[in-house]
Amino acid sequence: MSLFAFIGALETGLLFSLVALGVFLSFRVLDFPDLTVDGSFPLGAAVAAAALAAGVDPFLATGLAILAGWLAGLVTATLNVRFGIMNLLAGILTMVALFSINLRIMGGPNVPLYNVDTVFDVAESWIDLGMWTNVVLIGIFAIGAKLISDWFLKTEIGLALRASGENPAMAEAQGIAVGRMALIGMALSNGFVALAGALFAQLQGVADVSMGIGTIVTGLAALIIGEAILGRRMVFIATLGCIIGALVYRLFIAMSLSAGFIGIEPQDLNLVTAIVVAIAVILSKGRAQRSRRKAAAAPARTVAASKRAG
Amino acid sequence: MMLSLKDVSVTFNAGTPTEVRALSDIDLEIDEGEFVTVIGSNGAGKSTLLSAVVGTVRPDGGRVYLGGEDVTGWKPARRAMHVGRVFQEPRLGTCSSLSIEENLALAASRGRNRGLKNALGSRKNRQWLAEQVAKLEIGLEDRMTQPVGTLSGGQRQAISLLMATLLPMKILVLDEHTAALDPGAAAKVLALSTEIAETRKLTTLMVTHSMRDALAVGHRTIMMDSGRIVLDFTEEERAKLTVQDLSNLFGKAIGKQIDDDKLILA
Repeated sequence: MSLFAFIGALETGLLFSLVALGVFLSFRVLDFPDLTVDGSFPLGAAVAAAALAAGVDPFLATGLAILAGWLAGLVTATLNVRFGIMNLLAGILTMVALFSINLRIMGGPNVPLYNVDTVFDVAESWIDLGMWTNVVLIGIFAIGAKLISDWFLKTEIGLALRASGENPAMAEAQGIAVGRMALIGMALSNGFVALAGALFAQLQGVADVSMGIGTIVTGLAALIIGEAILGRRMVFIATLGCIIGALVYRLFIAMSLSAGFIGIEPQDLNLVTAIVVAIAVILSKGRAQRSRRKAAAAPARTVAASKRAG
Repeated sequence: MMLSLKDVSVTFNAGTPTEVRALSDIDLEIDEGEFVTVIGSNGAGKSTLLSAVVGTVRPDGGRVYLGGEDVTGWKPARRAMHVGRVFQEPRLGTCSSLSIEENLALAASRGRNRGLKNALGSRKNRQWLAEQVAKLEIGLEDRMTQPVGTLSGGQRQAISLLMATLLPMKILVLDEHTAALDPGAAAKVLALSTEIAETRKLTTLMVTHSMRDALAVGHRTIMMDSGRIVLDFTEEERAKLTVQDLSNLFGKAIGKQIDDDKLILA
């Protein structure tokens, strides 16, 4: 693999770790299989691109994209919580609606960003690290999002949110408004995804209405790979897994595509993705079984506990 | 009067062939500090009665008052500030992936607005939580950071009980909370429950499957059948009763012999 391909893989890997974090919040923490993601990724791109084209400051434009993502998450969560629409369907409805909305925002199927300054141009004007500038900037966003998630999930609201996802009956008995937690969590989740979309558009120099296709699969792949490597016992580890997983995934893809590697060509990308995800799931299953066995054996260590183990 | 149910009725699947009248015009008043045990065969309406108290079931007739306040329209999360609740299934009352102290921290902020402060709070606060766990005398105070999922059913139920009683409340609701435990652990958790209720003078409503426990624990026993309260014994009345007496009286009250083995044998 060339250095150029390697840096490209780092860039997209770190970028998709934001998607993985969003997917982690919805799928894992809230137990809400959210398909809004395929719409909120291009939404972020569309909002940022439209704002940039209108002469808005690049960082402000990126911030607006996050806001738009929050709104998208709120819509899906409201459809589910307030109106009782099944979670999968609620996400699909928002995703489909966003396709039209994104076309409206961009005023067409795509918006080129060649002659406007992006966050990457601004960053380069502050400190020029050559080829590494983009990697560093996206890395700051990714690590920032990870640290914010770590902090948030330890706050009173964050803990209530985790309880709502894992055990709604218990959360309710502890006075937690479970529906409100879903609103908060889904907004945050889609905010991260929209941020990824906004950065992706600025990185590629174009926002395109079809760039969201498959975002959810990539995010899930990164999440599952991260879990297979690091596990998900603690919040800190799980969010770190999102970053590591996304990086490993993109590096693996780049490696597979690089010339000479067992003859894989770009059109095989989907096959490679499927294989990578399948392997990761199999690995994480093995890990889950091992830790279950360990957990089952653990109480036997004390006599009192072993008596109650049945 | 701490809890009063006036004319409360609950119907499931109303208007369909499977319509069930789970509660029929229930009138029940419980004094402050009174510990009431509820017994009845399967489908008698015990669980529905508790659900009407905690708010997970909305009655289609009648009102529910807690400490004089009409809470009939309140959702469970809002009622939670007045209600401490222990579930039958140990897994239901606690969060497996959260640590003991995180579970307790959730209970400690029940009934107030949660913010962006660290959930565990200061070191002093964490110490306070550990002290509460130490009072259970089951040695969990040194394992505060362990996930609750690694505890046994009895230990989880003890933590659940502590969470329910951590803050002042108007009523403690115990829903067959020892039924899923083995006899040893069940006895321990029951002893712990009565001790906490006694010392704190908690108004308590406990559903049980065991006639013996129903008579031995608390101050008053009510028996339910087909969504109605068919017997109601004060402390003096039930002091003279044996499990057999209770079984006979119950049979007479509902006009047939009890066919629920679980009830007779327990």
